[in-house]
Amino acid sequence: MTQTMLNLHEMEISFGPQHPSTHGVLRVMVKIDGERIVDAKPIIGYLHRGTEKLFENMNYPQCVPHTDRLDYVASATSNEGFVGAVEKLLGITDQIPRRAKIIRVMLAELQRLSSHLLWLATHAIDLGAMTPFFYTFRERELILDLFEDYCGARLTLNCMRIGGQADDVNAQWLQKLADFLGIFDAALDEYESLLTTNRIWRKRTVGIGVITPEDAIDWGLTGPPLRGSGIEWDIRRAFPYEVYSDLKFEIPVGRNGDTYDRYLCRMEEMRQSKKILEQCVTMIADTKEGDLKAKVSRVIRPAEGEAYFSVECPKGELGYYIIADGKNPNAYRCHVRPPSFVNLSALPDLVKGHLVADMVAVIGTIDIVLGEVDR
Amino acid sequence: MAEETEQKPAKPAPAAPAAPPAKTKEEVLADPIVAAVASAMPAAFVNAKDAIGEISLYVARESIVDVCRAFKADSFTYLVDLCGSDYSTFPGHAGERFCVNYLLYSFEKNVRIRLKVFVADDVSVPSVTSVWKTANWHERETFDMFGIRFEGHPNLERILMWEGFNGHPLRKDFPIRGIDTGARIYPEVFPPGGGPAAGSTGKSHEDVNIWKGPAVPYGRSPKGQVPETKQVEAPQGSSDEGKADA
Repeated sequence: MTQTMLNLHEMEISFGPQHPSTHGVLRVMVKIDGERIVDAKPIIGYLHRGTEKLFENMNYPQCVPHTDRLDYVASATSNEGFVGAVEKLLGITDQIPRRAKIIRVMLAELQRLSSHLLWLATHAIDLGAMTPFFYTFRERELILDLFEDYCGARLTLNCMRIGGQADDVNAQWLQKLADFLGIFDAALDEYESLLTTNRIWRKRTVGIGVITPEDAIDWGLTGPPLRGSGIEWDIRRAFPYEVYSDLKFEIPVGRNGDTYDRYLCRMEEMRQSKKILEQCVTMIADTKEGDLKAKVSRVIRPAEGEAYFSVECPKGELGYYIIADGKNPNAYRCHVRPPSFVNLSALPDLVKGHLVADMVAVIGTIDIVLGEVDR
Repeated sequence: MAEETEQKPAKPAPAAPAAPPAKTKEEVLADPIVAAVASAMPAAFVNAKDAIGEISLYVARESIVDVCRAFKADSFTYLVDLCGSDYSTFPGHAGERFCVNYLLYSFEKNVRIRLKVFVADDVSVPSVTSVWKTANWHERETFDMFGIRFEGHPNLERILMWEGFNGHPLRKDFPIRGIDTGARIYPEVFPPGGGPAAGSTGKSHEDVNIWKGPAVPYGRSPKGQVPETKQVEAPQGSSDEGKADA
């Protein structure tokens, strides 16, 4: 038989961009043979807003709100990466007051919790489990309330400034945070009781989208997809920023590199984030109230040079690469290294040979946000 | 730094750390992090810099794949990032226009290094997709945004912009306002060629653009560009000041 005759078995379907399980405007051209995926080709760019071009045309503080819109469900970590990169460029990283650093860690870890809770809710819904959604959004609401109390916004926080923090936390906020942490372990147990040993959940996730450690590195994966394959690597440990070197936490790793292991990794990451937050609540008591800013000149104009700074955002390594020309108060070039973009590029490898319904599981497990993929 | 003091003669430049003497190319290449590869292929490295703790090696275009292979064999197994940059308006830059930046990471040494390859307009760069799979999308993005072609890339097509888009948005000569792509919305309603451009509101350019007049860099000084609005008195009884509520 000729090649064309063989291809008659195959069919090409367009999955997305308006599909609820693509988590935004991702489109995947899938070549299928019956229910089996022969090939998949992600098509992105529907949400491209030219953020990097905008960064080149506005001064550094003006860029910070735009970083919110990259990963719009984890804006605190996006802020953290950008201000960290500019601070590195200015050479003031070690002048940031300790209290500001602790507040940043608290916001970032709360953001990790809220992002993982959203991931769990949508991932479970994609696979047919409706109930976890209601449970996780109950706790996510409390986190968003904390954000709202801190900076007034719930999603696009714009909560960090170059050189420190604009707002302090007060005793009431810390009490509210402590109250939330008090109930969070029980809430996590509740989610796990719904899913971890659930037979349907295991059937849908175990052995799906397996990636070996070597391939994970070759594809440049970061975050839970990398750790799910058994590589113990986390920016917070490899290049500790803020106060992470003083904090005790573990890096959960998976064994098989499948969807189920990545699920377990994220669940454990939430427990570790909770531990970090508890330590932060104690640590912040030793710092001076209101000591939040380093001395930064009014016009931020770093000397000529380039810097790459990355943070562990909920999805993986979020890096900012800034080239400054030393003449202008804006970046000559600012490149964002988005974890979702890189993790998504491995999708064809992860879904080949699986069923179409499993692709939904894989898209959920790599946890993409299209605002960050398309920038 | 001289620039800084010119503008504010009264104050010394704030938070300006005393810059340590810049390392020479030979000193950077002799750094134990990169020495093994650098000594094996000295001709490949055009220049080398070490600033704020980041090593940048300037690599000749032809040897980038060999250099990447050598670094991968020497524990730099991970390509973190690959991006382009357009140096055409960089103050004092006299070399080739584009630069491709590779960021490599070594799990063993826990260190990142940067490789920079400068290329002129319309000159292609050898693709490193054969070394790292992750380079595939990064190179597509660099091609899309800058028009830098990568030789040997399996599928070099646009990734963020649509196929057929005429231009490379991150080039410095690409206007921030965007370009008229020629695409028209509702061609069946409007006469041929007469419809508003795709993405516009249908009003004339002067009505839509709040930054009227000649093109000025976006976000520099909104004052004077935005028409003044009259102050309206705030309505009474807006006592919604959440924070005090315990």
